Amino acid sequence: MAYTPHTDPDRAAMLAAIGVAGIDDLFDDVPPAVRAAAWDLPAPMVEQEVRAELRRLANRNRIPDVSFLGYGAYRHLVPSVVSEVVGRAEFSTAYTPYQPEVSQGTLQSIYEFQSLICELTGMEVATASHYDGATATAEAALMACRLTRRERVAVSNAVHPEVRRVLATYCSGPGIEVVEVPADLAAGGTGQTDPAAAAAVLDDSFACLIAQQPNAFGVLEPMAELGQAAHAAGAQLVAVVEPTSLAVLEPPGSYGADIVTAEGQPLGIPMSFGGPWVGLMAARMGAVRQMPGRLVGATRDAAGRKGYVLTLQAREQHIRREKAASNICTNQALCALAATAYLTAVGPAGLREVAELSMAQARHAAGALRRAGLAERRFTAPYVAEVAVTVPDAERRHAVLAAEGVVAGAPLWRDYPELTDTLLLAATELTSDTDIERLVAALEASR
Amino acid sequence: MSVVDERVDASGRGAAFASPEPGEALTIVEPLVFDHSRPGRRAVRFPVASDAARAAGKGEPALPASVQRQEAPRLPEVSELELLRHFTRLSQLNIAIETAFYPLGSCTMKYNPKVNEWAARLTGFTDSHPLDPDELAQGSLELQWLLAELLREISGFAAVSLQPAAGAHGELTGMLMTRAFHRSNGEGEQRTKVLVPDSSHGTNPATATMVGYSVVTIPSNERGGIDLGALRAALGSDTAALMITNPSTLGIFEDQIDQVVAAVREAGAIAYMDGANLNAILGRFRPGEAGFDVMHFNLHKTFSTPHGGGGPGAGPVGVSERLAPFLPRPLPVLREGDADAVRANAWAGRETPGARFGLDWDRPQSIGKVRSMFGNFGMHLRAYAYIRANGGDGLRGVSDDAVLAANYLRVRLADAFDLPYDRVCKHEVVFSGRRQKRQHGVTTLDMAKAILDHGIHPPTIYFPLIVEEALMIEPTETESLETLDRFVDVMHDIARRAADEPEALRAAPVTTPVGRLDEAGAARRPDLRHRFGPDPVPESTEGG
Amino acid sequence: MSHPGDLRYSKEHEWVRVDGGTATIGITSFAADELGDIVFIELPEVGSSLTQFAGFGVVESVKAVSDLFSPISGEVTEVNAALAEQPELLNSDAYGEGWIARVSLADSAELDALMDADAYEALTS
Repeated sequence: MAYTPHTDPDRAAMLAAIGVAGIDDLFDDVPPAVRAAAWDLPAPMVEQEVRAELRRLANRNRIPDVSFLGYGAYRHLVPSVVSEVVGRAEFSTAYTPYQPEVSQGTLQSIYEFQSLICELTGMEVATASHYDGATATAEAALMACRLTRRERVAVSNAVHPEVRRVLATYCSGPGIEVVEVPADLAAGGTGQTDPAAAAAVLDDSFACLIAQQPNAFGVLEPMAELGQAAHAAGAQLVAVVEPTSLAVLEPPGSYGADIVTAEGQPLGIPMSFGGPWVGLMAARMGAVRQMPGRLVGATRDAAGRKGYVLTLQAREQHIRREKAASNICTNQALCALAATAYLTAVGPAGLREVAELSMAQARHAAGALRRAGLAERRFTAPYVAEVAVTVPDAERRHAVLAAEGVVAGAPLWRDYPELTDTLLLAATELTSDTDIERLVAALEASR
Repeated sequence: MSVVDERVDASGRGAAFASPEPGEALTIVEPLVFDHSRPGRRAVRFPVASDAARAAGKGEPALPASVQRQEAPRLPEVSELELLRHFTRLSQLNIAIETAFYPLGSCTMKYNPKVNEWAARLTGFTDSHPLDPDELAQGSLELQWLLAELLREISGFAAVSLQPAAGAHGELTGMLMTRAFHRSNGEGEQRTKVLVPDSSHGTNPATATMVGYSVVTIPSNERGGIDLGALRAALGSDTAALMITNPSTLGIFEDQIDQVVAAVREAGAIAYMDGANLNAILGRFRPGEAGFDVMHFNLHKTFSTPHGGGGPGAGPVGVSERLAPFLPRPLPVLREGDADAVRANAWAGRETPGARFGLDWDRPQSIGKVRSMFGNFGMHLRAYAYIRANGGDGLRGVSDDAVLAANYLRVRLADAFDLPYDRVCKHEVVFSGRRQKRQHGVTTLDMAKAILDHGIHPPTIYFPLIVEEALMIEPTETESLETLDRFVDVMHDIARRAADEPEALRAAPVTTPVGRLDEAGAARRPDLRHRFGPDPVPESTEGG
Repeated sequence: MSHPGDLRYSKEHEWVRVDGGTATIGITSFAADELGDIVFIELPEVGSSLTQFAGFGVVESVKAVSDLFSPISGEVTEVNAALAEQPELLNSDAYGEGWIARVSLADSAELDALMDADAYEALTS
């Protein structure tokens, strides 16, 4: 009982007040046949022992000296002020703002988050956040099905495989069919999703087309044309985006996206072996009543003071129960707060600096590898901050480099068998010139 | 709540000062972050690409003009200090565990130990990329494997997946596995119904629907348990599962749970336990051992990870042998080494030489992935730290003290409020405010708002739905007797004032940063984002 | 609570006013009070067909949601667009400005299955 305040006299006083002889009397209602057998759990630890154990495990991880691994999780600077804000116990140890009068901090920060996500994406309404980008995308597909009253979903296979896996699981629930639109993965191909291929798949049975910008290979998709293909079939365009890239890329609201989703991890959230992260979702106001998850709205009290509340709750499970838009209950409020503080800390200029430096270093790496004769770009279409390159004997060399503390990107053949010897290299603002020199030297040495 | 002698205009525009109304407390109103913004102001800056980098990138494709953003997003432009003041002030508008007693029923608002936070910030964890080669992520994998082992032992289940990101997400995982199980037996078409007690969380029926099941509600009996006769009548060859919370949302242990589970299994259905209330029964009842097939844990409740203002949580699932093949993939596994030795060493805080962990994707009957990567790892490591700090004896003591505290409040408050189910409770107790409503016209909402004026977070109200004017109190094991006694005094005072000065309670709260807010107005004319000056473009079909 | 004498009522708390071949439908003031502050109504589409006692939409308050069941069969000829902007009319004037839709009456015999004001009063008191 590491954290309980009760002394034995406290316990005795409470038992006496209750009128029972001992604590076991309060568990009489557990039927004898199913009372717990003795368990085999470790002994308690004091703080210094807990620290030692957790440090042991943290040290068992080997954080690479140099890493070009992105592919859905990105090593960005988490500004000190962001960690400070997220670390405030008034935010972290509060819960869902059920009592708005004493939750204005959380509520206003979510309203600011929703505003920032709308601004970034060019959309009209954003939710208070989701578990991660993949579940947000799966929920967007279900939302599109509700909006169109259709039961098929088309997804480009250049959408990140993790997103497609989660999408498949979610759609299996209500029996929604998922059809993949093949991207051009041929040698010398663009790496893009061909709008004609999308149009060939889509018909009036499809609720939406899901495409990612930039796509899983870092390549820019023809989103406007993909949106036209979707809309021609009466389907919606679900755009999966990367938030820092929106400093330089046109917002999805201007190329006709109906629903936008994203993994918000790049916005000031550590990678932490996959979570907690935060899913973003934005849409048009006309669709708001079919949106899943929490929404915060502005209103006033009787004295006219502005305040914020959870709103449009009749969509949600605690009221609508089996007719709810989703079973989602919590959001990822603290991670959404991190994103809010991050976007505030970097501002428009900083976000642009992050995006531009990431793009410049991706080009730096690709150019240096090409000139050294070590790698060739796999796809012809322009990319943003991740670049797919072909490296002879890549599987062996990737392992050799990893053992030296250099992670040479993501091995794409594991998810896309046709992309043999293809590595996806990611750069961020933390990618230094010496990182790139080290990658070139290590690949050279592994020939 | 801190009180300062500074106010800004209620419109939230700029730093205008307004006089308080007579008798009104002085409280902060913090403008929106956008109102602090001034063009050109900066907080965090970044380097620019070196000349060498630009030269090396020559020949690589540039961004086509057609995809470039024309106007920069209107993010706030502030200094670091302004940023910190803004968010610090916002934080001060919250009640949180670390500022006040927070007996929010069903949510287990216990102390969130600081050593957990220390551990979560170790760079060995924060900088661990989920797709790093397994050799580089042995610590993360070992931790997940160990936590799954601990949760297995705590719950009595055969296997555990850590992937679900929240309780409701664990429910979804459980229901998807339920369906996969019935399909594998050729009963997928036949078993279409999920039974849910009328006292359940709304997530249960919502989850069943998401998986394509129809929901049948089972009534509670007069003692607050599930009506066993009604359950037996509803069970049949079309039943896919029973989803039951135990202890129930009334805070009552289902004292016929053995018969409930037996009846469900006899009908060939899956017995799902909602583990939201696990904090009551650690070491007393192990659902897996009692015959349940699946349960989700709420790490943010039972195992002390911070609630974060509504997340992130984590909702691992434990399953019986017969559901184990259907768990989400991948699962962390011990690839090389002896499991007993690894456990024994870890419990002693030691490394096991030669032990090697990996991820098992080769699970052909798996329902697939429910979340990207491997779940909310940051929550996993906090829960691991918590379980290790407590150990087996400590965890049992956690439930003992949580149940003790709830029963103490039950007897201390029984004179002031109606107790619809007057029997020993577990970790929470559900009162009814119906007496105050009928006799004095004071609702449970009014009383909750009055509690705010005492600097205490109110209990959960109006849930479970089957209790009129419900007031659901969960003190947790980490609140001292003095805090509990003070709460008792506050509740007695409120009961007295409900009788003596009902108007005052209907006007509460008066000391909070804002009063009761117009929720109907918020929903009728949704204002869900900041508008930057006059919006030239009308919304697409706002309100449509 | 008094309910207008010239209307017919369903046990699902909808009312209908017949004027020649046209029926105007709405929810009763009792239903509106039970729901509390109504914040949204999903209106039927003009041209859609309603079936007596079948669902045709939902009405939401801050903390509840309820299905709407048509008291009468027929084709929708007009809906009360004002409710999209001012759903509170359902609370403030359930039998007047809070009307929901006008329907071309399919079968006036269906009115026999509905209650008069006294019977509805008895049901709800």
